[in-house]
Amino acid sequence: MNRGNDIIFHSSYQIHGGIHPPENKAQSNQSPIQDLPIPPQLVYPLLHNDRPLTPTVEVGERVLAGQIIADGKEATSANLHAGTSGIVSAIEEHSLPHPSSDKGQCLVITADGADEWAPRSALKSAFEQPREALLEHINQAGIAGLGGAVFPSHIKLASQVETLIVNAAECEPYITCDDRLMREQASELITAIELVLYLASAKQCVIGIEDNKPEAIAALEEAIQLRKKETDLDIRIGVVPTRYPSGGEKQLIELLTGQQVPQNQRPSALGLLVHNVATLYAIYQAIVLGQPLISRVVTLTGDAATKPGNYRVRLGTPINWLLEQTDTQPYERCVMGGPMMGFELKDLSAPVVKATNCIIAAGKNELSEPSQALACIRCGECADACPASLLPQQLYWFSRAKDFEKTRDYNLFDCIECGACAWVCPSHIPLVQYYRFAKTEIRAQDEEKRKADAARKRHEFRTMRLERDKKERAERHKKAAEKRKNAAQSKGEVDEKKATVADAIARARAKKKAAKDSSS
Amino acid sequence: MSTFVAVVLLVLLAAACGALLGFAAIHFKVESDPVVEQIDAILPQTQCGQCGYPGCRPYAEAIANGDEINKCPPGGEAGVKALADLLGKDIVPLDESLEEAAPTVAYIREDECIGCTKCIQACPVDAILGAPKLMHTVIVDECTGCDLCVAPCPVDCIDMIPISDKGWSWPEPAQRIPVQQVV
Ligand code: SF4
Ligand code: SF4
Ligand code: SF4
Ligand code: SF4
Ligand code: SF4
Repeated sequence: MNRGNDIIFHSSYQIHGGIHPPENKAQSNQSPIQDLPIPPQLVYPLLHNDRPLTPTVEVGERVLAGQIIADGKEATSANLHAGTSGIVSAIEEHSLPHPSSDKGQCLVITADGADEWAPRSALKSAFEQPREALLEHINQAGIAGLGGAVFPSHIKLASQVETLIVNAAECEPYITCDDRLMREQASELITAIELVLYLASAKQCVIGIEDNKPEAIAALEEAIQLRKKETDLDIRIGVVPTRYPSGGEKQLIELLTGQQVPQNQRPSALGLLVHNVATLYAIYQAIVLGQPLISRVVTLTGDAATKPGNYRVRLGTPINWLLEQTDTQPYERCVMGGPMMGFELKDLSAPVVKATNCIIAAGKNELSEPSQALACIRCGECADACPASLLPQQLYWFSRAKDFEKTRDYNLFDCIECGACAWVCPSHIPLVQYYRFAKTEIRAQDEEKRKADAARKRHEFRTMRLERDKKERAERHKKAAEKRKNAAQSKGEVDEKKATVADAIARARAKKKAAKDSSS
Repeated sequence: MSTFVAVVLLVLLAAACGALLGFAAIHFKVESDPVVEQIDAILPQTQCGQCGYPGCRPYAEAIANGDEINKCPPGGEAGVKALADLLGKDIVPLDESLEEAAPTVAYIREDECIGCTKCIQACPVDAILGAPKLMHTVIVDECTGCDLCVAPCPVDCIDMIPISDKGWSWPEPAQRIPVQQVV
């Protein structure tokens, strides 16, 4: 089905499994992205990917929009910036946007309404700057993978690859934020692609997109054509069939290139780099506009949403503010993320964070009531649906029996937690939850083991050292004794004690003399 | 003729391999007892001595020689179970005189420390840094929480703090629970 131009191609590769849940995208992708008003209070969890961040400002301090308010020591964390100007009013426990519904340390900014910005530093003529400068700029801007994994972008971008793959599949039902971004900001996205191509020394770019987004495809095609008139660019659009989860990183790569990323390896092993559309837009904002990551596009949808659509929301905006501002009606359940991989929010004072791509305010009977899990009937449907070609049934049995070694043998860590298996399971077994449980248990055990091994080594080293010291001491004593004995023998009659005393006196004299010499 | 050559070659090859294996068996012999190794791998390596032995390895050797498997509080019930599985013994409750405690880490109140180095001498895993007459600090990541440095300190400036932040982890699904699937 070639349209006769070389920008768009339809990929003929396939992946194993996958499902076709109802798309539910039309509710939110009709209207343009709107700005959501800034709330009176913004809340920033001092966490990045469950690892703590350290605040760099103090309570009572005035901050400006775009100013760094917290940073992380670990390589996997990214800077956090103030979303608007105001006073840091507290650092306190607050509900987190997390499946646990736990509370955690959050930094709260009370907005002053001025929305005054810290000086923005765009990188002038970015293509003449050294790569390191660009990477550092992206690092400072706190950009992390906005597709959901929130891995810091500057680390990913530091590798050199052949091909950039833009993940524009947006395969999960309901979510349309990337779709709208592509329709409205296509030329900005192309600029971002050029920047990333330069950064990664990549030669070509393929935008992987599902065929249910014809408007976005057209907008991108136009932007590419326009740009091609000015420079020589190899950017193509790879259209893949709509099938969940085509947007999984490894799945999209296989769909576009026919290649499988080897187990336990990153796409860079194949000379590929994958970035999500929203992340690319954030890179554009940081480098061209000098604007750190302080806002993102969030899809608001669900039957209870009176004004479903996409909103540009400052990070830190409490979700109930988003619902109030959009006149959302009382809902049955509120889900952050998509219906397949998201989680239910219990406390809506939790804020929008970098990973928040969608809020579903579900009406009655919209998201089916959780049904009782029944016994596994060994039908094997789950294995047919699994896009990672795993054996979900076996993984389930072993996770349930806490036989974690076996789950590892059955490649549990290749599971992308897409939920396709649970979706098809006729017994409604919460399969993904079992896998997540098993994964966290295994990680905890590994960590314990690492610590025990380190302690064992240190203890062994210490025991060895103590023994060596003891031996050395004994040896020294023996030698000294021998020396004295020899001395005594050569002098004939003088007994050992005398010799020792004489020795000591002589030493003391020498010392005194030395002291005198040095002081005079 | 060629068969003969082949046979001779193969015999020579086999002899060479045999010699190599024999040599390796003598020269690379692993001294330690594999059972002790396996037991030691299960013990938590806190090196606290609560088992009555000066560290985990001596206790591992004692178990291999028939001592009870329920003397290690840091290992807890899970540790006893793992040992029972390994050795084919029955699971016994932890020795009553010992208590399974929450993991802790040592913290030295540095402004009170007089730098006597007593704690360094007591620490089984060299997790304390410091020099004579200077204040001492615990390397948190290396401290096993064994408690051994607390008693020797003449000014009582070492506290054992519970490790609270183990991070959140996914709970085990109840056997019959509402499905998380939300479409
Ligand atoms: S959640 Fe894991 S096991 Fe289930 S279908 Fe997805 S990848 Fe396969
Ligand atoms: S789909 Fe469900 S019932 Fe069927 S084999 Fe898989 S886990 Fe068992
Ligand atoms: S009681 Fe302490 S020293 Fe003994 S085995 Fe357990 S952790 Fe090691
Ligand atoms: S610092 Fe104290 S508690 Fe920690 S390992 Fe050393 S002696 Fe034990
Ligand atoms: S034993 Fe106490 S006073 Fe002595 S060095 Fe250690 S912490 Fe300081």
